[in-house]
Amino acid sequence: MKTESVLEKVFNSGQLAVTSECGPPRGALPEKVIEKAKMLAGYVDGINVTDNQTAMVRMSSLAACILIKQIGLDPIFQMVTRDRNRLAMQSDIIGAYSHGINTMLCLSGDHPHFGDHPMAANVYDLDSVQLVQTVRNMRDNGKFQGGDDILNPPKMFIGAAANPFADPFELRVARLAKKINAGVDFIQTQCIYNMAKFEKWMKGVCDRGLDKKVHIMPGITPMKSAGMARYMKNKVPGMDVPDEIVKRMAGVPKEKQAAEGIKIAVEQIQRLKDVQGVHGFHIMAIEWEQKVPEIVEKAGLYPRPVIE
Amino acid sequence: MITAERKPMEEIIASVRPYNRILLVGCNECVTVCAAGGRKEVGILSSALQMAFMQEGKTLDIKELTLERQCDPEYVEELVTVIDQADAVLSMACGCGVQEVARRYKDKPVYPALNTKFMGASERQGVWAERCQGCGDCILGLTGGICPVARCSKRLLNGPCGGSTAGKCEISQDVDCVWQLIWDRMKALGIENRYEEVMMAKDWRSSRDGGPRKIIREDLV
Repeated sequence: MKTESVLEKVFNSGQLAVTSECGPPRGALPEKVIEKAKMLAGYVDGINVTDNQTAMVRMSSLAACILIKQIGLDPIFQMVTRDRNRLAMQSDIIGAYSHGINTMLCLSGDHPHFGDHPMAANVYDLDSVQLVQTVRNMRDNGKFQGGDDILNPPKMFIGAAANPFADPFELRVARLAKKINAGVDFIQTQCIYNMAKFEKWMKGVCDRGLDKKVHIMPGITPMKSAGMARYMKNKVPGMDVPDEIVKRMAGVPKEKQAAEGIKIAVEQIQRLKDVQGVHGFHIMAIEWEQKVPEIVEKAGLYPRPVIE
Repeated sequence: MITAERKPMEEIIASVRPYNRILLVGCNECVTVCAAGGRKEVGILSSALQMAFMQEGKTLDIKELTLERQCDPEYVEELVTVIDQADAVLSMACGCGVQEVARRYKDKPVYPALNTKFMGASERQGVWAERCQGCGDCILGLTGGICPVARCSKRLLNGPCGGSTAGKCEISQDVDCVWQLIWDRMKALGIENRYEEVMMAKDWRSSRDGGPRKIIREDLV
């Protein structure tokens, strides 16, 4: 074991892991964080806390992680390299670890162009691959990026993202290999709707034996409505939503679309459970956290393993 | 070369409105090539300013002059004969030229007529695009001759990010995904196996982050 992370322990037990996420509020509302996290309690092995997602200012990921840790749950500290330089990132990592936070997700983050501060300076002192490398160096070598020793180095279980649907597709396995070379432990993917393409990517991953080096968790996002399906298909960069999903959502009456969305999500999990190299699921129910327990139960992923 | 664009007329007019006599100074180098501040643009701006002042019922005495290089003290010295005939200087050079004039003529207000944009190349007639950020530690040898520092919206050294779609950047259909270009070029050169080597965190000291930079060539000093 590299860390005390519950997620790492679940992976090591050989069981499918489950994570979900919680977007912090756009204001000083700690009770909102706690309310969302409590909805997930007992149904997931870790709760991702997003870091100024979609480049909109929100309560800091670190602060929200601490709130979640304080109620006895396991946050996954997301960090984007867009907003701060290597000094600020490393100090936040030590700070997080000082509060018992031991699992991270390293991302580059959406460009400020998409958010509510498009006029902001773009930092990108490091990219996501270099952040993974930095966190691993802190953990395994006890060194800061600048080379000095760390007193009581933070032992983080290190995650990163992968989008099998972004272009160029032929590069996507190599990009995963690059993140593995940098030291990533687990991968949460972009929302998967195009099952065949995801399976093709996974085959490429397994053909190179990369599934033995990293734990891959496909991203599952239930659709609330046919409108959301169309939006995801047409407006979200790097998203691949096949027509049949949009048609299936649009084919049921409006009041039953949410239930259909949950049904699709459960079917997706059932199908992907058998795919070689899939070691768990990352369920991103966007502003719909209350549905996560239902999905986890229906997908046969409940109860969660008890980790000592 | 350094590229630039003329500021909006209202902003230029507002900057010279307090004056009766101005010296309008162009530059014969980069800003001539990118059609922003050469002799021709000096003439056009001069006429436009005179018309604008006329409409306001005022007159503006404009002396036009285009220097060989406004970033070079040797050429900026040429203004010495005419500088006293002007209340202010309006410079059509890049920011380097504006500052050189300001440094040499300490008691004369200097205003920029251009917004200096970037170091770039001409893509086709009338189109210039950014190519270099002057990071001070060139990595083009590792990236197939295409720069991710200048041309990736997130300056990722280990791209592409998850937003690359059909060769375009997620921020705009008008922006190429530079990592698609790099990947295509690596394949063309048969060096795509190098892609999986992690590009290490960059030392930004050689870039602007290390403070204002200077080159001293002892052999030439």
